Amino acid sequence: MSTQAQPVLEATTAETREISGAEVLLRGLLAEGVDTIFGYPGGAILPIYDALYDFKEELNHVLVRHEQGGIHAGQGYARASGKVGVVFATSGPGATNLITGLADAQIDSTPLVCITGQVFAHLLGSDAFQETDVINITAPVTKWNYQITEASEIPSILAKAFYIARSGRPGPVLIDITKNAQLDKIPFAGYEPCTHIRSYRPAPVVRPQAVTQAADLINQAQRPLVLWGQGVVLGGAEREFQAFIEKSGIPAAWTILGAGVLPADHPLNVGMLGMHGNYGPNVLTNECDVLIAIGMRFDDRVTGRLDKYARQAQVIHLDIDPSEIDKNVATTVAVWGDCKQTLPMLTRQVAERTHPAWRQRFAEFQAEEVDVVIREALFPTSAELTMGEVVQQLNELTQGEAILVTDVGQHQMVTCRYARLNESRRHITSGGLGTMGFALPAAIGAKFGQPARTVVAIIGDGGVQMTIQELGTLMQTGIAVKIIVLNNQFLGMVRQWQELFSARRYSFVDIQSPDYVTVARGYRIEGQSVTDRAALGPALQAMLAHPGSYMLEVMVAQEQNIFPMVPQGCSVSEIRLK
Amino acid sequence: MERQEYNITAYTENHIGLLNRIAIIFSRRKINIESLNTSPSEIEGIHRFNIVITETEEVVRKICRHIEKQVEVLKVYYNTNDEVIWQEMALYKVPTDIIAERALVERLLRENGARAVVIRKDYTVFETTGHRQETDNLIRVLEPFGLIEFVRSARIAIIKASDGFHLKLNEFEETQPSDEVIENEYLNDRDGVFAM
Repeated sequence: MSTQAQPVLEATTAETREISGAEVLLRGLLAEGVDTIFGYPGGAILPIYDALYDFKEELNHVLVRHEQGGIHAGQGYARASGKVGVVFATSGPGATNLITGLADAQIDSTPLVCITGQVFAHLLGSDAFQETDVINITAPVTKWNYQITEASEIPSILAKAFYIARSGRPGPVLIDITKNAQLDKIPFAGYEPCTHIRSYRPAPVVRPQAVTQAADLINQAQRPLVLWGQGVVLGGAEREFQAFIEKSGIPAAWTILGAGVLPADHPLNVGMLGMHGNYGPNVLTNECDVLIAIGMRFDDRVTGRLDKYARQAQVIHLDIDPSEIDKNVATTVAVWGDCKQTLPMLTRQVAERTHPAWRQRFAEFQAEEVDVVIREALFPTSAELTMGEVVQQLNELTQGEAILVTDVGQHQMVTCRYARLNESRRHITSGGLGTMGFALPAAIGAKFGQPARTVVAIIGDGGVQMTIQELGTLMQTGIAVKIIVLNNQFLGMVRQWQELFSARRYSFVDIQSPDYVTVARGYRIEGQSVTDRAALGPALQAMLAHPGSYMLEVMVAQEQNIFPMVPQGCSVSEIRLK
Repeated sequence: MERQEYNITAYTENHIGLLNRIAIIFSRRKINIESLNTSPSEIEGIHRFNIVITETEEVVRKICRHIEKQVEVLKVYYNTNDEVIWQEMALYKVPTDIIAERALVERLLRENGARAVVIRKDYTVFETTGHRQETDNLIRVLEPFGLIEFVRSARIAIIKASDGFHLKLNEFEETQPSDEVIENEYLNDRDGVFAM
C-alpha cells in the first residue's frame, strides 16, 4: 500500500562501523518503523535473538507459544493497524509452522515480513539439523521470498521485503537468513529504504478512458449495484468510497473482508454478500443491470454458481491486481489501478442520483429476512441461547467501537452478519483460507496493533482448541484480550452441512471441550461460563469491565443452522431463508 | 474454446528460485509444461523464458497474468504457433560403420537437413534443427540403422514481425492500462524490441 507507507528512514549512524548481520537486520527493522515483533527463538536464529537482547527498549518482541500463533498474531497486528506485521521463526520446524499463516496472509493480502533463520550456508543441502528448504516450500504462499547467505545482502533485501509486502496488492514476504549471514560483521553506513524495483509495478497505470467508460455505464444504469471488498480498506480509500456511493446513490454490498467501510447503519449499505450473506444483495445481483465491483475478487463463496451469476449485468471491475480482472467474472469495463486514485476520478464523472425504486427492492428483501431469520436470531423466543444474541448484546455494549476477531465457522458467519461496525479494520477474520485457530493469536496481534481499543475474540469450541496454547502469550504479556467461546458442542458448520446435505450423518463433528474457565484460570486468566439468558448480559459486562484478559464461555444451542444460505453449486438467487 | 499449443515468452530478472515460482504456476493447475527454455535475451541482464503448453486461450491468458505478477517478471506474452518463428534442435547418435558402409544413410541425412557434429570410429553424432515433425521424422529414418541415442532441445521462439503481432499488441492495450511503450520503458529504451 504505497498510500500507507510508514514513516521510514531516519537511522544512519554518524560513521560507518562494523556490526553483525543480525544487528543490521534489527537496525533496518527500526528504520522501517517496526516496533513489535512476534516470534519464537531457536538454533538457527540465535544470533538475531542475541542482537535483540540489546534492542529490548526499541523493539517489543512478543514471545508466542507456537510459530503459527506468531504469524497469526502478525496478521492480526497488520490488519488492525494497517502496518506490516513482522514475525521471527527459526529454521526447519519453526519455518514450516509458518506455512498456514503465510497461505492465509497470501490469500487475504495481508502485509507481513517473516524472518526465518537458516543453517550455515555451507550446510545448505546437506540435511543438516533443522534444515528445510524454506524458500521452495513457501514459494506458492508468499508474494516474494529470498534467501540471504551473506550479511552484506541484508539491508537491501530487507528494504525490498518491506516495499513489496506493503505496496500494490499487499502480501506476505519471507526472508530466510543463514546463520553465517547473521553472524558476519559488515560495515554499516545506514539503511536505504526501497522505492522502486524495475520488474515490479505495484499498481498499474490508470487509463482515464476506462474510468469514463465506467462512468457512462453507471450514468445509464437503472439498477446499479456496488460490491466492495478489502481492496478499499487496503487502499485506505474508505472516504473516497463513501463519497462515490453517496453521490451516485448506488446501493452497496460487501464481502466479509470489506466489512465496515460503510457503517452498518449507512442507508446505502445493503448488507453482506455470499453464501451466508444477506437476502437482498444476493438475489438482486441477478437483477441489477450494472454491477460495480471495487477491490474484490469474486471468490466462489461470494458468487455461488458462476454460470448463473449476474449474467444479465454489465460488469465494471476496479482492481489493483491485473490478474484479478476477468479471472472469474468477465468484465465489460476494467478499471485497473489503486482505488484511492480511481474512485475520485469516477466520482467526478458520475451523476448525482438516488435510485429510490431500486433501493426499495433491497428494503423489501431486508424486511423479509428480518421476519424469517434475523429477529429470531437476535431476539430469540426459544429457550436456548443463540450466537446471534451474543453478538447483538455485544453490539449494544461496545457500540461498534471494539475490534472483533473471529475464527472460522458458524460463529464467524453470525458475527459477520450481525456485528454492527462503525469503521473498517474493526472485524478481523480469516477469509480466503478459512483457517481455524486464527482468532486467538490474531486477536493478540490486533491488541498490540491497536492497544487503546477493546479487542474481542469470538471463537467456536473447535477453533479455540487449535491454538489455545496462546493463552500463555496473553498470560506473559499481560495484555487484555476478551475471549468469547461460543460453545455449541459441535463443529457447527460441518455439522450443518452434514444435516442439510448428508441426511444428518454426523461424522466426527461432536467435539468435546475442556472446562475453558479452568483452563484459563491455569493461565491466570479470569473467566466464567454462562448457560442461560439472564446471565448473558451481566457476563458480557463483567468481561468488558475486567481490566485484563477474560474467558467467557457461552453455551449456545447445539443444532442451530446459519441462514440465509446459498447451497454449494447453486446460484446466488437460489439463496434459502430456511 | 479450443485447446492448442501456445508459446509463452517471459522477460525476467535472472534470479535464483524464479524458475520454481514460474513452474508451480503450471503445476498448481495440473498443466503439463511441454517445453521450457531459459536464455539470455536481447537485453543484457534480462532473461527470457520460452514455455510451450497446450491449453485454451483463456487459461493461457490467466496463467500469463499470474506469471507477470511475480515480482521478478517484467513482461509476458503468449502466441500461437502461427505467430512465432520457432525451432527445436535434436542430436542423433548412430554407429559410424553403418554410415560409412551405406551411402543411403548419408543421402537420408542430407534430405533431412542433418549435419555431422562429431565423427568417431565407433559412432557419429548428427544434428538437425526444425519443427517437431522434422526432428521426429529423422528418428523414424534412423531407427532401422541402429539409432543409439536421441535427444531434443526445448523450443525457442521469436515472435513474428507481422501485422498479426501488432494486432495482438493492440489487444494488450485494450486490457492493459498503459500503452506498450510505457510498459517497456525499462528495457533500456530500445525501440522496437517487441515490434521485431
